[in-house]
Amino acid sequence: MTEFSPLSGLLGGAIIGFSAAILMLFRGRTAGISGIVNGLMSKNTSDISWRALFIIGLILGPLVATLIDFELPSRIDLSWQSVTIGGLLVGFGTNLGNGCTSGHGICGIGRFSSRSILATIIFMLVAVITVYFCQHLLGDIL
Amino acid sequence: MKSFIALISGLLFGFGLTVSQMVDPNKVLNFLDIFGQWDASLIFVMVGALIVFATVYQFVITKREQALLGETISTLKNSKIDKRLILGAVFFGVGWGITGICPGPAIANLSGVEPKILAFVSLMVVGMQISEWCKRRFLI
Repeated sequence: MTEFSPLSGLLGGAIIGFSAAILMLFRGRTAGISGIVNGLMSKNTSDISWRALFIIGLILGPLVATLIDFELPSRIDLSWQSVTIGGLLVGFGTNLGNGCTSGHGICGIGRFSSRSILATIIFMLVAVITVYFCQHLLGDIL
Repeated sequence: MKSFIALISGLLFGFGLTVSQMVDPNKVLNFLDIFGQWDASLIFVMVGALIVFATVYQFVITKREQALLGETISTLKNSKIDKRLILGAVFFGVGWGITGICPGPAIANLSGVEPKILAFVSLMVVGMQISEWCKRRFLI
């Protein structure tokens, strides 16, 4: 059970949108996290520094937020099986489909890209169905 | 300045994910669990992000030939809907549904040094490499 939080959602979302906007406006890059991580492993070394800096910022940002009373989850309730299968699938799928919640869901939809709109609809629907199976049909198997 | 923008953009992204609580997998799973104790907060995060990003993109960025610091604006011009896009979204959706963690929150949680987050990020990178390998061999 988590509490519905529309205001902090809107505010946090606006900050995320602003982050993506300045990255594209100043540097011409897409704030898609899976794409940024993928690019860190590519052989194109000229492209690595901005990606590494963005990732460092992404790791430090939550620490700044904790200074003013926001929190990272103190523990992850997932089982090791879920973490293993989920991690592999998230990496595989975002690489194959060229984007995740940020790249397709925010930057792509914000550009009115038909590819991103379709991808977002598909991964949201599939995730809802998956959660339905895991939480209501399979129970605690995973 | 170029480095500063990359760093500050990452910082804001991680800060926004924490403020919106999207760093908490339970919050995301409860959003996806529309037949359970539904928590609709994630929609508000998407809407907040889209209002800001889409406004700047549609009214400022599309009017420009290049980015403010002189680089080309690299958005995919590819509008083809192909098998990889659809299959990728399906696989990602299953992984996201199992865990409630997508790449942004996974990385943002790294400072918490939770072993399960470290494992998730490592396996996510392995999954990306497997996909690269499949694409090179034209398996998908």
